Amino acid sequence: MDFSFTEDQLLLRDGLREVLAGECPASVLRQAWEHGPVEGLWRSLAENGLVGASVSEAFGGLGFTPIDWVLLFEEVGRAAVPEPVLDTTAVVVPVLEDLGSAELKAQWLPAIAAGEAKCAVAVGTDPVPYAAEADAVLVLEAKRVLWLERGAFRTSAQPAVDGGRRPATIAFDDAAGIELAIGLDAVRAADLARRLGALASSAELIGLASHLLDESVAYVKRREQFGRPIGSFQAIKHLLANALVDLEFARPMVYRAAWSLSSADTDPLLAEVAVSSAKSLSADAAQQVARAALQCHGAMGYSYECDLHLWLKRAWARAVDWGDARHHRARVADRVIGPCQ
Amino acid sequence: MNLAFTAREEAFRQEARAWLEANVPIEPLPSGDTAEGFKAHLEWERQLFEARWAVVSWPERYGGRDASLFEWCLFEEEYYRAGAPSRVTQNGIFLLAPTLFEYGTEAQRDRILPAMASGEYTWAQAWSEPGAGSDLAGLRATATRDEARGGWVLNGQKTWCTRGAFCDGVYGLFRTAPMNPEKRHHGMTYFMVDVKTPGVTVRPFERLDGDEGFAEVFFADAFVPDDQIIGEVGRGWYVAMATASSERGLTLRSPGRFMATATRLVRLYREYSRTADASLRDAVAKAWIEAQAYRWYTYQTVSRMVQGESIGAEASLNKLFWSEMDVRTHEVALSILGPQAGVSSDGDVAIDGPAWMKGYQFALAGPIYAGSNEIQRDVVAHRLLGLPRR
Repeated sequence: MDFSFTEDQLLLRDGLREVLAGECPASVLRQAWEHGPVEGLWRSLAENGLVGASVSEAFGGLGFTPIDWVLLFEEVGRAAVPEPVLDTTAVVVPVLEDLGSAELKAQWLPAIAAGEAKCAVAVGTDPVPYAAEADAVLVLEAKRVLWLERGAFRTSAQPAVDGGRRPATIAFDDAAGIELAIGLDAVRAADLARRLGALASSAELIGLASHLLDESVAYVKRREQFGRPIGSFQAIKHLLANALVDLEFARPMVYRAAWSLSSADTDPLLAEVAVSSAKSLSADAAQQVARAALQCHGAMGYSYECDLHLWLKRAWARAVDWGDARHHRARVADRVIGPCQ
Repeated sequence: MNLAFTAREEAFRQEARAWLEANVPIEPLPSGDTAEGFKAHLEWERQLFEARWAVVSWPERYGGRDASLFEWCLFEEEYYRAGAPSRVTQNGIFLLAPTLFEYGTEAQRDRILPAMASGEYTWAQAWSEPGAGSDLAGLRATATRDEARGGWVLNGQKTWCTRGAFCDGVYGLFRTAPMNPEKRHHGMTYFMVDVKTPGVTVRPFERLDGDEGFAEVFFADAFVPDDQIIGEVGRGWYVAMATASSERGLTLRSPGRFMATATRLVRLYREYSRTADASLRDAVAKAWIEAQAYRWYTYQTVSRMVQGESIGAEASLNKLFWSEMDVRTHEVALSILGPQAGVSSDGDVAIDGPAWMKGYQFALAGPIYAGSNEIQRDVVAHRLLGLPRR
């Protein structure tokens, strides 16, 4: 058993971290919060290989499976990127590759890889993140998967606590969409989509939590009270130590879930349990780290001017995206304990 | 990344599973922490040793199978899955033996390890003193040079020795140089002492969970020869600390133990699910997931060790996680049982109330032993997060 990532996977992760530090620092996040999509950001993410990572090589992507992109999504989380990377790269692309006609794939996949198209995902009737700026929306219904292109749907912006999320409800006429699958095929595709969304959001949560913890450690080393750094007080030390435990024990489960989804040998039920376990742990860990981060930052952290809340709000949103911790534990319970009596 | 086990590892697992299935006693043995139970457990240890399952990761010459760390993990998973008896030799094989492998002489290993592996000679850790628990460096027991006899004369008192009342030998630190308050970690030496040595008195005292083997050990001019020292005279602290991390981390609490507890919890919930509060279903799933988290974190750690990385302060993360998880898991069990925690259920340990209650009581000790969790959090804060000491 080898738990390590390859040299290439690590270099790619490091490279993306650097790019995002330059392209998407806190000031750019604030810009997104205040003014909407940041000009050139999506294209830049595509040019750096992130958006098209999961697109097959035949269509101009890197052909990445979850184990290849899991570290990249940690970085997306770490930088709280205010763009539909998860929606497009982790969910839409694999579903399109699976269900799309040759023409549809040829029309969309290279465009996605080139940063010329953004996609969103509609699950049930929930507001759809990034819907208003999406070139296409993948709609996952109970027995149907639909593809809606720009013009085929109307959006109505909704308020959001996470200002980088830009959700909108969508409305459309059935006839306006392209049916990608119905019946059992649709159920299967929706399951796949949910699994990928849960995994990618788990990876983002690890990145978000890592950022929050790093910022908190830096802050408590700097901030002095009673003539010494507050990080020298045991209460603060223990708060952050507990946060590190939560984070570091969620992390390998996310990697393992990514590997399960990428490995042809894995029993699908096992993969489902792996993904749900990862989401439960990473969501809880991120919530705990977020609390510790806010507490350590004190009243400074509570002020809007401090960047902390940008990450807190994204963490709170991601924690419940694609199934919250309780939902995923219920999935695990169904498999491990058995059906409810 | 490749998270599958090799064919060889799977074969090892199956071999262990088959042997355990054929040999684990059907009736649970009386507790290894009682005098009667200890004897029964030693018979089991003999059986394990004869089949070469007692110390799988040791070299063959000492009774092992030269098993890899992953194979050891798999053996432990199978061991706990089979509900096999607790290892009364554990303080020897998991704590003293690594020290002997790292710092002992070949003569010491040849003399001590085979009898340790077979259970013929058992060991207890005589670590803490009444005035030196978390602050182990504050220990005061002394060892005075006796040149004429080629050894040392020990004086002092050790306490909280698990199974100290039943074991043949103890090991611990003694000051071979006077304590220097500026350099408290200097001048200690690591000794192994037979409890039958004149001057050694073992006094058992009862524990919260009812186990009897806990003991204080008194040393009154007890002579110990030079060849009972591990490592250099005066360097005992450093010898001890090299293996303290194995106590906190891998060797003392392998994932198999907690996976088996989680499996029993699932069975308990199924038994009570019609009457249990539905929110407990979530708590049971959470406990199961946490045991998996510990398992995969451990595999990640072992993977790093196999690739040559040394695990330093991360061992503290490990200890914090398993000890707190174990308490939480038992709390869920008690929530399911409610008043049934006092009621026995005829042999099925998964649904036996008193067994869970006893398990809960012992779980409460987890955040205390192997380095209290308050100390562990300080270690994490200082050495992993780089927070200032003052």
